Amino acid sequence: MSARDSILQRLRNRSGGELSVPECDFSVLQRPVSSVAERIEQFQKTIESVHGEVHSCTRDSWVAQLADILSARDARCLLVPGAHEIGRRLRESEQDDLPELLIYDEPIESWQPHLFNNVDASITSTRGGIAETGSLILWPTPDEPRLMSLVPPIHIAVLEASELYATFHEAMQAQIWASGMPTNALLVSGPSKTADIEQTLAYGVHGPKELIVLVIE
Amino acid sequence: MNSESSANPHHIDVKEFHPRAQAAIADPKLRQNFRRAMDGLISKRKDAFEGMDLEALRELGANIRLRALANLPDLLEQLETKLTANGIKVHWAIDGDEACRIVRNICVARNAKTVIKGKSMVSEEMELNHYLEEHGIEALESDLGEYIVQLAGETPSHIIMPAIHKNTGEISELMHEKTGTDLSSDVEYLTASARQQLRERFMNADVGVTGVNFAVAETGTLCLVENEGNGRMTTTVPPCHIAVTGIEKVVGTLEDVVPLLALLTRSATGQHITTYFNMISGPRKPEELDGPEEVHLVLVDNGRSSIYQDDELLDTLRCIRCGACMNHCPVYTRVGGHTYGTTYPGPIGKILMPHLIGLDEGRHLPTASSLCGACGEVCPVKIPIPDLLVRLRQESVDGDKLNPAKVRGHGAKRGTLEALIWKGWSWMHARPGIYRFGTAVAARLRMLQPGQLGGWTKYRTAPKLANKTLHQKMKERDQ
Amino acid sequence: MADPIKIYPPKPSHVYFYATCLIDMFYPDAGMAGIQLLEREGIKVCFPEDQTCCGQPAYTSGYHDEARAVAKAQLDLFPEDWPIVVPSGSCGGMMRKHYPSLFKHTRQEAKAIDIAARTWELTDFLLNVCHIKLEDVGEPTTVAMHTSCSARREMGVAEVGPRLIGQLNNVSLVEQTRAEECCGFGGTFAVRHPEISGAMVSEKVDTLTDTGAGEFVTTDCGCLMNIAGYAEKNRKPLAGQHILSFLWNRTNPGKGGES
Repeated sequence: MSARDSILQRLRNRSGGELSVPECDFSVLQRPVSSVAERIEQFQKTIESVHGEVHSCTRDSWVAQLADILSARDARCLLVPGAHEIGRRLRESEQDDLPELLIYDEPIESWQPHLFNNVDASITSTRGGIAETGSLILWPTPDEPRLMSLVPPIHIAVLEASELYATFHEAMQAQIWASGMPTNALLVSGPSKTADIEQTLAYGVHGPKELIVLVIE
Repeated sequence: MNSESSANPHHIDVKEFHPRAQAAIADPKLRQNFRRAMDGLISKRKDAFEGMDLEALRELGANIRLRALANLPDLLEQLETKLTANGIKVHWAIDGDEACRIVRNICVARNAKTVIKGKSMVSEEMELNHYLEEHGIEALESDLGEYIVQLAGETPSHIIMPAIHKNTGEISELMHEKTGTDLSSDVEYLTASARQQLRERFMNADVGVTGVNFAVAETGTLCLVENEGNGRMTTTVPPCHIAVTGIEKVVGTLEDVVPLLALLTRSATGQHITTYFNMISGPRKPEELDGPEEVHLVLVDNGRSSIYQDDELLDTLRCIRCGACMNHCPVYTRVGGHTYGTTYPGPIGKILMPHLIGLDEGRHLPTASSLCGACGEVCPVKIPIPDLLVRLRQESVDGDKLNPAKVRGHGAKRGTLEALIWKGWSWMHARPGIYRFGTAVAARLRMLQPGQLGGWTKYRTAPKLANKTLHQKMKERDQ
Repeated sequence: MADPIKIYPPKPSHVYFYATCLIDMFYPDAGMAGIQLLEREGIKVCFPEDQTCCGQPAYTSGYHDEARAVAKAQLDLFPEDWPIVVPSGSCGGMMRKHYPSLFKHTRQEAKAIDIAARTWELTDFLLNVCHIKLEDVGEPTTVAMHTSCSARREMGVAEVGPRLIGQLNNVSLVEQTRAEECCGFGGTFAVRHPEISGAMVSEKVDTLTDTGAGEFVTTDCGCLMNIAGYAEKNRKPLAGQHILSFLWNRTNPGKGGES
């Protein structure tokens, strides 16, 4: 018999007999109704508590704000989405103090060392955020691949304030995740960190050292 | 670190618990490292649940795990069907050896020479690194704590914080010796050095191996919880990702994951969420530009289906591996993780390991507890750990004729003398007249009470018998 | 799954007093203090003469047949429908939480369940059933308190001791660091793993001593024996007594309020 069949058979022919199935009451996950402003405030407070940075922007102002953020950090280049509006706006921008813009439009195999060693920052869209845990929802796409939000030392994420949910539970249900998941989905809640050396926090251990969120109101 | 443990860190004799405990207690640096770390973790956990209905959340967490276990075979089949449809290949392993062979075969088929690993306690259980190295495949840990422990030729001393037994100075010396970094007490520098060393390795690795925190049957999704990003690297950069997990890790729905995640991160490190919550539901699609072209899941039984047979022991399988039980355990805090000599240390190790290695091999584990109940009190899925410890103590001495022992290796601790003592004790205490006579005589002859009572009086004075028992006092009072 | 919510009975006319073997042999005065406190509340105390031990030492050592034989001899001691009060969280926990499972599927099961439901830790009973009001007649003093793990976690009475002491006008209660942590007694654990138990009790004595109180009270004789025994052997300035002795002595004018 295969390992599979033998394991399943042992589980099915349980000597203790059938197990009863308890009720699960999810009401503990409910939160009082909150306004967008309250959610933004909670999101900002929570993500800042774990070293994330939040900038409040408008649809008109964010490009200039981004340019300031990047020049303050001497970023030489920025990886941007090819098709998403964010990338388009940046490429079409008149802003002259933006760093060199790169697009992730080839399979990773063809430019991995460059991405790992030479890209200073990246900017991605998000599928919303979660106020309670200060999290960004990212579903990488061919336009914004998985490593875009992971490898460069600075990750900038654009969050629409109207897409800020109170809880993970609410976000998952509103976006009907159960009907189908992408190959990779992520909650990102701060920059990469570790406390493995004597409980001392250090940032950027494998992923970005900085996470900067542009909240578009 | 001695050469013996570096040769094979996994073969630490569980029976040597006592000498190791003594050595740990006599080591002030080690004790301070654990005490400080555990105190910090206890207070962070407390803060993280502030303002939440923790009891209702634990109740929900426990019920979700129980519900998943009640449907375990169905959920595993559903998970397999969904993952397969998503393009993830599913493998089943009866034990750690079979799981190791599966991983190796995948490597061989891909002509893979180097494996990079994310944190996985199941792979520790399988002793995967050791196995792969023996078969000419390099396995490198990428979680910083695991990386440090691997450099030292040790095993993790905590399931969440593998290098918690070491302080910064020790880690700096180790990294200096093994990787040539400068000696430094600057944690940022040490971390940045490790980042540099590991980035190269990620790019060149042929296969990435990780564990799984939750496997969702409904959508065929593997969930990984982490802070560093090494888990994302491991599951994204190499062309092949192999996830290994115990068969009990499956849950029914994505919704089930929400409260379990909330409980897990808060219980483990006092975080409301970890930096990354990584949900993987398939390999790279043709139009995608990164991600592994192959994803595998190895479902490992390794004794779990035996635990599953018994209504009481089954609760062991609820565990979501947060480590809160060890953070709150006064014994673990004193002796540290390595003293146990087992893959999983602390309270969860004491109730899980006897099933994996046999109760004969692990017979000392259930006794190393004062049954203080701190572990059960903080367990996010309400595993009654103290009750399970008592159950395993019973099993280890075949102590209950009405409920015969069934764990492999049961009865190994039953000694003739001890059994005789308890029989005599029971005989006397089940006979009130004899008890009253015996205790009254003892009170009368209390000056003859021995002053030395073995381990007790090494640290304390002997308890002093009163000149009259309460029975005698009450009798006098009635007259 | 959830622990049943405690529903306190109305104050009864009678109770059974289950002393426990440690009180019987080592701390009879603490038992007597408990009886006197109950009597002062107008309750008639029945002390079943045939009581011995709840069976816990054998139970936690895994010798369940032996524990059951001893526990079975206790089941017949409480024929009337009166509450059973126990001056110990540990033995109370054994009877309240573990008797039902120990006698599961035996002829004694119903009796064990009935006894479990009637068992109360004594300080809890004094505070929440008798609604005791303590009048302190002692000199000003400072004490620390160690609540046993079983009193705290099995019997859920962590708040009780501090509230009772809080009623004493001249006593200030100080809390030690890591008050929730086990003192390292754990019954046979202290003998099987003396070095670990020793490390635990030494830290407990240090934290208690660091409060500056010089004296501690506790709900359980096992902890008392452990903590006070360590302090004595290592000449630490820390004395201990059972909380019942302390409460009785502080409120009994006949004894001049000595503590």
